[in-house]
Amino acid sequence: MKKTGISSRLKQVLFSSVLLFLLPGCSDRFALLDPAGPVAHTEYRFIVLSAILVSLVVIPVLGLLIYIVIRYRDRPGNQAPYRPNWTESKILEAIWWGIPILIVAILGVFTVRDTYALTRPPTNHKPITIQVVSLDWKWMFLYPDSKIATVNYCEIPTGVPVQFVLTADAPMNSFWVPRLGGQVYTMPGMEMQLWLQADRSGVFEGRGANFTGKGFAHMNFQVVAKPQSEFESWVKSVKASAPALTNEKYNQLVKPSVVKQQSYSSYPTSLYKNIVNKNGGMYWHGKHEQHPMPMDGQHQMPMGN
Amino acid sequence: MFKSLVLYLKNADPLIQMSAVAIVLTLIGIVVALTYYKKWGWLWREWITTVDHKKIGIMYLICALLMLFRGGVDALLMRTQLAFPGMNFLDAQHYNEIFTTHGTIMILFVAMPMLFAMMNIAVPLQIGARDVAFPFLNAVSFWLFFFGALLFNLSFVLGGSPDAGWVSYPPLAELSHSPGPGINYYVLSLQISGIGSIATGINFIVTILKMRAPGMTLMRMPLFTWSVLASCIVIIFAFPALTVALALLGLDRIAGTHFFTMLHGGNPMMYVNLFWIWGHPEVYIAILPVYGIFSEIVSTFSKKYIFGYKSMVISLMLISVIGYFVWVHHFFTMGAGPGVNSFFAVASMAVGIPTGVKVFNWLFTMFRGRIRLTLPMLWTLAFIPCFAIGGATGVMLAAAPGDYQFHNSYVVIAHFHQTLIGGAVFGLLAGMYYWWPKMFGFKLNETLGKWAFWFFNIGFYVCFMPQYALGLMGMTRRVYTYPAATGWGTLNFVSTIGAYLMGIGFLFIVVQVLYSIRYGERDMTGDPWDGRTLEWSLPSPVPYYNFAQIPTVNGRDAWWEMKQQRKEYSLSSTKELKPIHMPNNSSLPFFMGLAFFVAGFGLVFNQFMIATVGLIGVVVCMLWRSLEKDTGHWISVDEIKQMEAS
Repeated sequence: MKKTGISSRLKQVLFSSVLLFLLPGCSDRFALLDPAGPVAHTEYRFIVLSAILVSLVVIPVLGLLIYIVIRYRDRPGNQAPYRPNWTESKILEAIWWGIPILIVAILGVFTVRDTYALTRPPTNHKPITIQVVSLDWKWMFLYPDSKIATVNYCEIPTGVPVQFVLTADAPMNSFWVPRLGGQVYTMPGMEMQLWLQADRSGVFEGRGANFTGKGFAHMNFQVVAKPQSEFESWVKSVKASAPALTNEKYNQLVKPSVVKQQSYSSYPTSLYKNIVNKNGGMYWHGKHEQHPMPMDGQHQMPMGN
Repeated sequence: MFKSLVLYLKNADPLIQMSAVAIVLTLIGIVVALTYYKKWGWLWREWITTVDHKKIGIMYLICALLMLFRGGVDALLMRTQLAFPGMNFLDAQHYNEIFTTHGTIMILFVAMPMLFAMMNIAVPLQIGARDVAFPFLNAVSFWLFFFGALLFNLSFVLGGSPDAGWVSYPPLAELSHSPGPGINYYVLSLQISGIGSIATGINFIVTILKMRAPGMTLMRMPLFTWSVLASCIVIIFAFPALTVALALLGLDRIAGTHFFTMLHGGNPMMYVNLFWIWGHPEVYIAILPVYGIFSEIVSTFSKKYIFGYKSMVISLMLISVIGYFVWVHHFFTMGAGPGVNSFFAVASMAVGIPTGVKVFNWLFTMFRGRIRLTLPMLWTLAFIPCFAIGGATGVMLAAAPGDYQFHNSYVVIAHFHQTLIGGAVFGLLAGMYYWWPKMFGFKLNETLGKWAFWFFNIGFYVCFMPQYALGLMGMTRRVYTYPAATGWGTLNFVSTIGAYLMGIGFLFIVVQVLYSIRYGERDMTGDPWDGRTLEWSLPSPVPYYNFAQIPTVNGRDAWWEMKQQRKEYSLSSTKELKPIHMPNNSSLPFFMGLAFFVAGFGLVFNQFMIATVGLIGVVVCMLWRSLEKDTGHWISVDEIKQMEAS
């Protein structure tokens, strides 16, 4: 054991960590590796591709390190060549400048392609829009088409692109449903947008990902995906049975607290616009378009000027 | 103010009350010990008023290690809380404070002073200089760092720690959501120590460019010196952005302006940009000198010239330039357009190219060498796989489409701990072991060091590998608890075990240092490692004027070449000695730091009288210094001969 020294032991450690990492992979607990919609799928494919590309450098490095340390260790009788004045090799250096450049170039092409693709609706079906407001410490969803509202959960039809339009009436947070796709920040006074789509029915866990203080750890929500017909009947049942969200109730809701899931049959028409404006959204007028957002995906938020 | 402080302490968590008591007892202990052994005068003359770069370096090192302990305890508290789902050890507020102080302390009060320690100890010696360019400013930098760190740590027992994360984004960090002194402490302590960092950056750029020994052209400079130059260039471009961000946030909180609020035209995005314009280059500031340290160590302990010196220099410079232009990757998910995200994604990935080149050059420095597995070399070898994996996950994170999923998840936590621990911490520890004999004149015990090494390394992988998996499971950072249904319990428990193993590793280092002070192998030659650069041509510890005669440099690895050319080479016999001019010690840097501290403390609690007194103190110190006529003295030839003979 002493003979092979550090590198073999390091290898063992590395190997067991990799095992640790792969063994539970059999379960469906790895949300990022179990995409349930086209957006998450694009990102998943990209993650796998990037992992393969970077390991083209990592694996040779690990192999070389182990080999070199064993072979060139300073111990009596080591016959390995010793060339203390050998300091340069143009060919070798060209190789290890070249390979990373090549890898980054390939990865760069895919990065640009997917980054642009992710700003467009994932499929051609007619999309629906859901407005999202992050509050301290809960998520409010407004359905501008059917005029209903929910808190800490939202339902979406399967196979339909959903355009989330997001803002915050509290410190900035980040809206993340790992199995449906990547996240986007919710920011007071600004509107963000995020395309997601579920290809199959299910309950997908969503999280507030950006720290917002005491109740942050409890800022989770659920996205329930169901077939179009079931979705419509859910909307009807909410309309029929849930109470209305009045301005007074909203003023209660906006106060810092952790609450359970809620549904509302209606909400004040100007609620969302007022939330954006009262947080400074009025300063953005003329700088960017108000909701509804353009569908071409080229919409760009102002960057901090 | 004091009434509210007493009230705070009365209502505080028992942990905090205990710490307050412990701090007071420690202080009393130190005062008693210093008085008993009559060491006050020694402390004042030899250390507090010193302008000697080597002593300043040692003071940075001691502070960094103490802060590493504090930051490490924070880490263990957090990991304990996360060991089981629904754990009830810390409440949300306390947890938030702890992760905020953990991050801030580890970056600003551990990594920075530790690398300033290495810079101060080694750079002037490596380039054959008597001192840094501005010794007085160097002392000011240290005391600003010291009092900044003191102010930050004070928050723990006086009034409440910052709790908005080490990034402290508004509006969460604004008065509206974080009343109380916590964020004020953050703003002012970072501001005070940040001024010191900028000064250090300027100081070392000038030192390296203007004070090299004759014959040491830029392309003959040791790589550590090159890396410090690269790092300092980033410091002087990046830190002013932090100064502005903190100043504006401070004005928002203390003077009622609206730079970053949600109202009256304030824009939090501006803070996010300013913060990361500093924040991302900051990690390169921490990592670049470490690359230099590894280059020195790999070359020394492989008994070989560094492979691909030119590539190493080019890649250092490329990293410092590209590294500066990638800050937006910290907020790919803030709604920037695909053009912006694509640009910053590709730029971020591009940093991987020169970094990869460095790794291969290190490998080929060892190739066909003779590798000695000393402690510095062990940490260097451990760094390579750790950094290779951390760098690879970094490239994966840097690509926007992947980052949309990874952002704010534990993948990010695992990645940056792997690069910052595997890079900065391993490197700075390697540097500490490497230059320890030069600093103190004795070696650290190898056996205890190896125990520390293995505990820390195994602990590291046990702690952070599960966190990659947790990230893929969708665990978000900064949560103080999680329900059992998430299934994150097992991996979190494993991770916590790893953290404790690392803690044991740290304790071994403490034991190692204490043991070696008494029993460590004394370094009589000044060249215990068979070194290659000029610092090893000097006795250990180095006399305060460094070189009795400034050496003439004829090539890279100057000392190695001198040793090769004439075995019996002796520095003091070549040329005639001349009197040396050295700067005087001064108490002003200490008092200036103290004045900044008083001003900062006043501003934290909106006590403008106290703040004004402090600021007047700062101005008085500056005036005093500018009116001083003679700030140096001569050392006679006799004195030098005496010193050299002993």
